[in-house]
Amino acid sequence: MDVRSRHQVRVSGREGGPVVVLAHGFGCDQNMWRLVVPSLERDFRVVLFDHVGAGRSDLSAWSKERHSSLDGYVEDVLEICRELDLGPVTFVGHSVSAMMGVLAAARHPEYFESLVLLAPSPCFIDDPATGYRGGFSAEDIEELLESLDANYLGWSGAMAPVIMGNPDRPELGEELTSSFCATDPDIQRVFARVTFLSDNRADLADVTVPTLVVQCSSDAIAPPEVGAFIQDQIKDSRLVTLNATGHCPQLSAPEETAEAITAFARPLP
Amino acid sequence: MCRTNGDQDRDPEERVDDDQTFSALLEDSAEDLYEHAPCGYLSTLLDGQIAKVNATLLNWLGYERGDLVGRRTFSDLLTVGGRLYHETHFAPLLHMQGEISGIALELKAADGSRLPVLVTSKVKTGSNGQPLLIRTTVFDARDRRAYEEELLRARQESERERERLRRLATTLQQTLLPPVLADVPGLDVAAHYHIASVDEVGGDFYDLFSLGAGTWGLFLGDVCGKGAAAAALTSLARYTLRAAAVYDPDPAVVLGNLNTVLNHEYNGTDPRFCTVLFGLLTPDGDHGGFRITLASGGHPPALLIRADGTADYLPTPGGQLIGVLPEARITTITLRLHPGDTLLLHTDGLTEAHTAVRGDRYGDDALLDFGRALAPTTAQHTITAIRELLDTLGTGVDDDTAVLAVSVPPLQP
Repeated sequence: MDVRSRHQVRVSGREGGPVVVLAHGFGCDQNMWRLVVPSLERDFRVVLFDHVGAGRSDLSAWSKERHSSLDGYVEDVLEICRELDLGPVTFVGHSVSAMMGVLAAARHPEYFESLVLLAPSPCFIDDPATGYRGGFSAEDIEELLESLDANYLGWSGAMAPVIMGNPDRPELGEELTSSFCATDPDIQRVFARVTFLSDNRADLADVTVPTLVVQCSSDAIAPPEVGAFIQDQIKDSRLVTLNATGHCPQLSAPEETAEAITAFARPLP
Repeated sequence: MCRTNGDQDRDPEERVDDDQTFSALLEDSAEDLYEHAPCGYLSTLLDGQIAKVNATLLNWLGYERGDLVGRRTFSDLLTVGGRLYHETHFAPLLHMQGEISGIALELKAADGSRLPVLVTSKVKTGSNGQPLLIRTTVFDARDRRAYEEELLRARQESERERERLRRLATTLQQTLLPPVLADVPGLDVAAHYHIASVDEVGGDFYDLFSLGAGTWGLFLGDVCGKGAAAAALTSLARYTLRAAAVYDPDPAVVLGNLNTVLNHEYNGTDPRFCTVLFGLLTPDGDHGGFRITLASGGHPPALLIRADGTADYLPTPGGQLIGVLPEARITTITLRLHPGDTLLLHTDGLTEAHTAVRGDRYGDDALLDFGRALAPTTAQHTITAIRELLDTLGTGVDDDTAVLAVSVPPLQP
């Protein structure tokens, strides 16, 4: 199966514009970006995709060996870049995908114009030895896995596409039908472990492309000091703190998020 | 008296009293229902900050209103794992769908205890469609969670039991088969037992054993049914055949004795029967090879795969099932196994196996072709080829299958 259908790749926006690739994090799929895409499309060529195992990706492409570590996902991202052949791109990675961007850019900097790390965390688990505070303990992560299991049966019900408050955008209804953020529970379990048990602090220093770290003013998943840590580790980086709260500013504050991406990635006139 | 016009006959004042009681109830209920509803109510701002909470939920959690309103977010009330789940699943979906229902979470009470709940949230929008706040109902799910845990426990228990049953069935099956087949000078011997279901003991059996004075007995059979009753019958059949052969090794007499034993044992409302091929092997001194006398009690015929490359069934027509009639008719044939010949005995699990062609069985003809393709062969090769065939048929083999082959090594040039 080719890379485009494997990842349900969608390309839209300004022909010939600079390219932004939007990578969703753990828990949902490319629908996460739907509120920022319209404004980004004005300036950029916008690439959306689903990680293997999420959304409408090809589930048969998921393999326990390949996708039990971030490396498999990083390979997927590099294959998408290679396949689309759109030149160096700005890679916008949300949450766990931010670290995929870090690893991919360290391996193949020539594919990347720049990185935007949205609500990133290189390590969720506290490390008392170095004084690093990721915000969680290993037991907390086990508790999350229990929460996933507790909703195993009910989850498909919660997935029912009840589209509210979008009478002006009927196309969303079509798009969201049936697979909205649905994930195979077994794949989700493995992805949860990859997301929350990875430690990529040491990889940050390998990033050489210009990087923007975007964090929210309060985020239950990635505390502010984590953003500062990342900015400190990546040489050519800036840190922006949004007024937005929560872990998904592209949903809770789409304008502010799109503005931050645009201001950083738009070429000077 | 039969009143059909109800209220119209009642005192008008009485009706006014009723209405007043009713409307008093209604008036009282709006605020009171919110506060003391049998579920928790919670309203939060879009950033999650708690704006309003009802007495029921405060009660459950052991908080004062002032502890929560304006000071805490909904996510603060969750366990850490629940909070991660909330941020990665619940909140994004609520944003995108406008509502989300029936999510299992745990709330942390003021005293640190945990309350399993089911949560449903809905975004309230203004007249222009702008989201204003999030309304959440919280249901006490302690009973449900306990029930689910009980289900989970029961499932684990049944999986353990199933595993135990599986081990038991496998062990029992092994005890019904000979640990080793007798070593017959000048004869190669091989056998295989294919278990179709690990949950149940099947009813196929075979053996090859010395009868002293240079003779050997062999048999292969199939009892009706499966499970414990079939295992008991298998055991009885095996030991009867061996004992009867010592008493009188004539194959027809051996099967006759088995028939008598089964008739005595299962004479009531539960008749049990089996099919068996019993053979008596004696070295054929003059020719190099063996003489074999085969008696059949309703069993599929043996297949002779000859040194000259041909193969044929050895029909034993008219042989009757063992254990059904007081006097079973048993047919006997005698033949020579020459050097290079192989004799294959099988149960119908093989020929009755379903093939990839829908509804088709493997069949006697296919087995004959199979033997012809192998010829000439040896006992070991034949059994190896049958095992591969069984693998190919896979789950199509839905009954146990036993195969026993004997062959005389070809003459050295």
